[in-house]
Formats: sequence, C-alpha cells, structure tokens
Amino acid sequence: MAQAVIDPGVTKKRRSVRSIYPTWFYLPAGLLYVVLFAIPTFASFYFAFTRWSLQDVEFTGMQNFITFFSEPQLRTGFINTFIYGFVTSGFKVVLGLALALLLTSQLIARGYLRSVVFFPVLVSAIGVGITFKVLMDPFDGLINSSLATLGITGPAWLTDPQWALFSVALIDVWKGVGIATLIYIAGLAAIPTEYYEAAKVDGAGGWKNFRHITLPLVRPATATVVLLSLIGGLRSFDLIWATTRGGPGFTSDVIASVIYKQYQAGFYGLSTAGNVVLFIVVTAIVIPVSYLLNRREVER
Amino acid sequence: MAVHKRRVLAAGFAATALAAVAACSGGGGGSGDGENVEITLLVQTGGTGPAWGEALIAAFNEEHPEITVTMNSQPGGTEGDNLVKTKLATGEMEDVFTYNTGSLLQAINPDQNLVDLSDQEWTDSLIEPFIPVVSTENGLYGAPNGTSQAGGILYNIPMYEELGLEVPTTWADFMANNDAIKAAGHTAIIQTYGDTWTSQLFVLGDFGNVAAQDPDWAEGYTANERRYAEQPALQSFLNQQEAYEGGYFNEDFASALFDDGLRMVATGEGAHYPILSGGVSTISQNYPDNIGDVGFFPLPAQEEDDTRATIWLPNAVYIPSTTEGEELEAAKLLVEFVNSPEGCRLQVELNVPAGPFATSLCELPADVPQATQDLQVWVDNELANPALEFVSPIKGPNLENITVQVGSGISTAEEGAALYDEDVIKQAQQLGLDGW
Repeated sequence: MAQAVIDPGVTKKRRSVRSIYPTWFYLPAGLLYVVLFAIPTFASFYFAFTRWSLQDVEFTGMQNFITFFSEPQLRTGFINTFIYGFVTSGFKVVLGLALALLLTSQLIARGYLRSVVFFPVLVSAIGVGITFKVLMDPFDGLINSSLATLGITGPAWLTDPQWALFSVALIDVWKGVGIATLIYIAGLAAIPTEYYEAAKVDGAGGWKNFRHITLPLVRPATATVVLLSLIGGLRSFDLIWATTRGGPGFTSDVIASVIYKQYQAGFYGLSTAGNVVLFIVVTAIVIPVSYLLNRREVER
Repeated sequence: MAVHKRRVLAAGFAATALAAVAACSGGGGGSGDGENVEITLLVQTGGTGPAWGEALIAAFNEEHPEITVTMNSQPGGTEGDNLVKTKLATGEMEDVFTYNTGSLLQAINPDQNLVDLSDQEWTDSLIEPFIPVVSTENGLYGAPNGTSQAGGILYNIPMYEELGLEVPTTWADFMANNDAIKAAGHTAIIQTYGDTWTSQLFVLGDFGNVAAQDPDWAEGYTANERRYAEQPALQSFLNQQEAYEGGYFNEDFASALFDDGLRMVATGEGAHYPILSGGVSTISQNYPDNIGDVGFFPLPAQEEDDTRATIWLPNAVYIPSTTEGEELEAAKLLVEFVNSPEGCRLQVELNVPAGPFATSLCELPADVPQATQDLQVWVDNELANPALEFVSPIKGPNLENITVQVGSGISTAEEGAALYDEDVIKQAQQLGLDGW
C-alpha cells in the first residue's frame, strides 16, 4: 500500500484493473500509515544498533543485541513467558470447554450466566490486576481470609517466589476464559444433533457422547483457543506489570517486562533492540501459524 | 478540603494580581516591566509536593504579582524519570521543575538540557557537599529544595527503653539487639518489599561505612576499578542476607508497604526500620503523637570506627534550556524565592525536616523531631558521608529487585552483588564513562 502511494505509475495501471476508488482516496490513510507506522518501524531497526539518549545517538553495532542476550533476567524471562503461555492456554481449554458444555445445556438463567462468564473479558487488565492484588494479599486479602475460615492457610500468592507467576496466570485465566467459552459455545452449536440422536439409539451414555462425538468435532474450536491464548500469553505484559512488576526479584519477569524495565531505565537503544528481537520471535511463531490456518481453510 | 480552599485562594489571588497589572499597564509608561509574564512549575505528585507548590506560588505572587505561575504535577520514581527525559528531549519541560540531584541529574544531561545558574547570588550560600551534586564541569544547575536526610535505621525508642537496649555502633551489637528484641516476642527488623525501593537501604544506607573504610571507593567505582562483589562493599549485601536468615523480619515483609513500615516503627509494632530518615515527615502527619518515639542511628559497620551516617542531599529546582527571554528571568526569580526566608519556611512547614539544610540561607526550626536531632549529632561530629549516588553517576536500575531477592532468600549476597555489578555496566556505558 505504501508503494501504491509513492509510485503513481503503478497505481494508474492497477486502478484501471481493479480499484473502483480514485488514488487520492488512499492518500490520507497511506500517509498516516507511513508516518505513524512505517517510519517508526524502520527507524527502530536503526536505533536498535545505537546507544540512544533521545537526543544523542552513537552507533554501537551489535553491542545492544549482545547485551540483551547476556541479560541474566532474559533467561528467566523467556522460560517464564513460555510457562505462562502454556499454563494459561491449558487452563483456558479445559475450563472453557467445561463452561461451554454447562452453558449449552438446558439451564435456568443461561443467558445471565453466559454474560457473567464473559464479563471479565470486558474489564481492563490494569483494573483486574489491582483488584486481585488486593484480593490476593497474603494477610488481609479476601481469598486467604476465606481460606482461613475453612482452616486452610493460603499461600502468599503474588509475593511468594514459588507462586507469583502461577498466581498471575490464574488471574489471566479468570479474565480470559470468557473468550474461550464463547468460542467453544459456537463450536458446540455447530455439531449436528443427528450424531447425538444416533448415539442415543446405539445406547451411548453421557461420557461416551462427550468422548467420541463432542471432543473430536469441537477440535477446530480447541485449535483456535490454543492459538489465541498462546499468542496472548507470549506477549503478556499489562497484567504482570499491574500485579507483580516482574517480582519478587525477577521471579515473574517475562520478555516484555524485561524490555519495559530497560526502557524505564533510559536504555532506549537497548530496549529498542529487545523489541526488534521480540518482533522477530513473534513473527517466527505467527507466520507458520497463519500459514497452517490458511491452508486448512483451503482444504475445507 | 484544605488543599482545595488553598487552590481557590491562589486562583483568586492570581486573578486580582492580573487585574492590578492590567490597570497598571493601562495607565503606565509601558516600559515592559509591568507586563504579565506566565511561567509554569512542575512538582511531583504524592506526598506534599502539590501542596508545597501551591503555597510557594501564593507566597511568590505576594512579592511578584506581575508573574503568573501555573503548577503542573507528575508522578515521581522511575516513571517520573522517564517523563522528565521525554519532556526535555521534546522541549516540553515546564519553566521550573523539581528533580533529584546526583546520579539521576547526570542522567538527564544537564549541560545540554538545563540553564546554568552559577552566576546567581544564592550559589555562594550552598554547603560544600551540595555543589558537586547539582554541577558538571561546565556549570551549576540547581537550587536546593528541602532538607538533607539520612539512610539508616529509624528505631522505636520506647521499645529500646523497655528492653534496656543501647544504640549500637557495631554490626555485632546491632545483631545482639535484634536477638534480644526477637526473644522478647517483637519484630526486630521491619522490611516492606511491597514498595520495592525500600529494600535497597541495607546496601545504599551502608555506603557511608564503605567510604569510611576506603575513601577512594566512589572514584574507583566510577572508573570501573571497584566492585560490589568484593569487600568492603560486599558486606552491605551480606548484612541483608544475615538479617533475613536471622528471621528478624515482620511476617508480611514481602507485601508490606512503606507506609506500613512507618506505622510499625512509630507505634512499636517493630523495632528497627532501615529507611530514609525523611520518613519522619510522614510519621509526623499520620502519627503525630508518636513522632517523639522514633529515633535514628546509622547502619552500623563491622568496626565502630567505620560507622558513619549516610547522607542523601536534597532535591533541587532546575530551569530547562528551552526557557528563554522574560520567562527565563521570571523563572530565575522563582528559583531564588525557593530559598528566600519565606521559601525556607514553606519547605519545613509541610515537610518536617529530616536533616540539615544544604544552604546557609535557611535555618532549621527549634522543634525538629527526635530522629533529626539524632542525625544532627553525627553530622556535627563529622561522622557522615554522602550516599553513593551523590559521589558517582553510576546507579544500576535493577538494584531494588536484586535486594528484594537477597532479602527474601531467593539469592545469596554474593550472587546479588555479582548481578548488580553486571547491572551497572549498562548504565556506565549509556553515560559514556571512560573505562567501561
């Protein structure tokens, strides 16, 4: 598109073939795209190779990338990012499917319950984070107070190094399970009822129905849920920042929070290099994934 | 409510002043001096910053009704550092702004971004240690705002009296006191890692002792010749590890906040709180009845002879180089006013002084808190050194996370110190220092 704006010769030819709009019609959008997206993106590739104080720029070659990859927190960050991505998508699949099964059955106040499950998706991650920080307070928090009345001593959740990352993942599941449920409800609704009727005639019970009809036929929905929550988990930042800021120490740091801390410290070149790395990593995951998804659509 | 009333008053006053000026210039000779000049003042939110700003503007306008000052505020901490850097880089900085001195000032490139104030009269009255922390080789950029404070231990005096303890001057004495307090069933050491910055005091507040053992340490550190992973500096991390392993901390140390820590030391829920002595200002607001119960002593060194108070010099007010012409003249007047007799009074009216002033233009009131009196003894005996951030531009951004790790038993003192040595390399390179 950027090219279309720059080279009028090409657009003229194209317009005569398929475009029904005049070229200038694209101009405002194209200009915004170039100024706000293309230029900063390419500039960041340059600044990634510099030591940058917003005013002075000094070219340092690959130094930023060497520093970035030798960051001791980065290893924890990478591991945590993947743990977080897999834990959240695993829980979302299991809980999402269970809730979807419940909410597609004949139930009183089904519509109301569906909105209750979906509601957390609409709330901002920062708000959810701050709320849960209060709820998960190890001493005065509602969660541990409730557990205490049952005689259970709850863990320190967000402040225990063993639990911190897992606690944030749990919050993420609470917040995101609504989307998974929604996708599963659509997936379940798409299964023809004939299968169940046939199975009933053959004498299949509830478990057999689920195991041999529902589970295989809801697979496309499962794939979507897994991919969406994996991608979401890999670039997770806001919820972690609102709850633990990567702490205690560095125990719940993910790649994005490591980069943000570098930016906060004024290492603009270094954090730009980190973003270039993150960009490449996400691209390396997203391109094969979107290729797979597109191919499946063609086969259908 | 009080703040609101003051704002209305200030606004009303500004309006009257404006009308007066307008009347003047209508009938006057039009020399330009009577023209109204508008400048802006940036203060930090949280604490008493905004209240101080409003009071300062109101007082300033009594002397200079021809200058209209508008106050803006922004958060402090690392978020604020970022905003300051961005504002300076884009030329959006307010005409007068408050900011840290020392290493954080060096990080905003004062030679390029700030107005040199070394020709101002008030610079002659600055105390000796303050001059380098607002200066570079090319100029002096800031006027002090507020009093000095110390990083050390605020302690609960009634508990000391009850248990018959004496103020320790060696680390061993300090640990013996901790044992006695713990044995009596109290919390010996208060830690508040919910506000991560408070975890750094075992290290930062120990620097006076390091400098006593090796006076060239800071200079060597800047030149990449000293390490935290080696003694005497490693001891700071070892102290924190030892304190954690001794089981002296309050039960909720991982989630408690700065305000909780101050409450605990003021009301006797805990005995020792390693923190900046500026905390007495908050105590005087929240627990005015307990302000006399809180004393101060420095973090003790291994040997009594090495024990020093570690001093944090006050923040300063600066003018960015983007302020020019009559705005610059007006801004200089406001900066000067901060340390005028009325300005001095405002500095201590809202913030209870936690240490001595950095200029001879201001004098401490007679009724300072006990902790400040305790600190004054160390300063008067010349047993005080400035904190590292005032004698070296290097401060790694991750220290607070590293000290949380050491203070929670996630990593050892040696690991933490080595990690911090790694961390500062980036800062030194970003500043373009020699030898890194």
